[in-house]
Amino acid sequence: MKSPLAIVGLIFVVLGMLATAAGHWIGLFVAPPEAMMGDVGRILYVHVPTAWAALIFFMVAFVAAIGSLWSGWRGFDAATTGAVEVGTVLTFLLLIQGSIWARPTWNTWWTWDPRLTTSAVLAAAFGVVLLMRRLIDQPAKRQMATAVATIIAFVDVPVVYFSVKWWASLHQQASTRASMDSVMGLPLGVAALGMLVMGTGLMLLRTKVELVRLAHEADAPELPPTAAPLRLDDPAGGDPTLDEAT
Amino acid sequence: MTRVFAMTLTILRKDLLVEWRARAQAVALLGFAAVVLLLFSFAVGPDSTMLAKHAGGYLWLALLLASTLLLGRSLQTEVETDALEALLLAPVPPAALFYGKALANAGLLVMVALVAVPVDLAITGAGIVENPVLLALIVVLGAAGIAAPGTFYAALTARIDGRQLLLPLLLFPLVVPALLASVKATSLVMTGDPMEQLPGWIALLVCFDAIYWSLCGLLFEKVVDG
Repeated sequence: MKSPLAIVGLIFVVLGMLATAAGHWIGLFVAPPEAMMGDVGRILYVHVPTAWAALIFFMVAFVAAIGSLWSGWRGFDAATTGAVEVGTVLTFLLLIQGSIWARPTWNTWWTWDPRLTTSAVLAAAFGVVLLMRRLIDQPAKRQMATAVATIIAFVDVPVVYFSVKWWASLHQQASTRASMDSVMGLPLGVAALGMLVMGTGLMLLRTKVELVRLAHEADAPELPPTAAPLRLDDPAGGDPTLDEAT
Repeated sequence: MTRVFAMTLTILRKDLLVEWRARAQAVALLGFAAVVLLLFSFAVGPDSTMLAKHAGGYLWLALLLASTLLLGRSLQTEVETDALEALLLAPVPPAALFYGKALANAGLLVMVALVAVPVDLAITGAGIVENPVLLALIVVLGAAGIAAPGTFYAALTARIDGRQLLLPLLLFPLVVPALLASVKATSLVMTGDPMEQLPGWIALLVCFDAIYWSLCGLLFEKVVDG
């Protein structure tokens, strides 16, 4: 744990967790229940920060992916991976929180609301980027594929949102600090800041892990060449001992 | 610029010729689309009003599923014979390679639709379409919307072991807007459009096509270099 990146990451995670906890404490015990939804509305303090943070990390991933594609620097590749992974985890959390909230409020676990559907599509699109990384062995090719797929998935975000919005709509208007009382704005702000700081810490730690992995991979000795494929039609290309046997 | 255009046409001609010489595969693809349409009808049951209502959705799902088979082998010949390097050294500009292949795939997808649309209309009982020109426009725009990112991802996954799985996984979430717009527009043409929503959906398809035909063409160089 000597790396400055890891130390800063760890500090961010701890600070972020403290801020998130503080925000939730105010949100659960100090702030009044929501006018229409009552106590169920308190999920706002975790749901909205998660949504904001997820989108911010996908944006970070997009910028890092552009850098990775045009500079080829390994650090950008690691940062793209870190940001995509944190963003994807947050998006999955967002879907779970949304379902928990939608059940008592809309009386259904799932609706075809633009924001909900866009989140599901995003979780799939960015989740596949992480899956694809695992399937590519060559570092340069993996870096290119990760960057390209991240850029394309990010460009899709507004298009998916608007297409689904036209298609069906039920979600309430997006909550911002301006649309609510300051008693509720404070815990939301603190929780959002906490989520962002914690996410940044996790992203830095994940970036560090990826950097170590990539460095190990670059230092690893070359694998021995694989045996020449057996060619039955061409005796010179195959194993001579086998030819004598036949 | 004219050179890129000429090369694009050459690649398009080459790909269509390869498809023509192996036309049994193209015919199998048509059969696949028809069978998928039949299976959707079995899944829903013989309720003719329900089938007719969702005819547009079945058509596009059949086309999307057929497209993964089509796109999967779009670069296979080049990769297996190391002809991709030869093409790039020729030199064919990467953009021309992309646009030639994407146009060929879009064309083949439209060909699949030529068979799938009548089959879809017949077995769902949606009946005769009053405005076939408009439907043809939607089919072309929708096929283009699948073909551009599809060709791009086919190239990206061409040398990866799990490509048969990875290509649809990458493609399906991405083409959600094109799929929604195509399905809606097709349904509106089939069942009538009292609210005049059709221009909006066609505009969305055009926007999707414009974004991905330009973005994928721009990034394709990185994909074939890598």
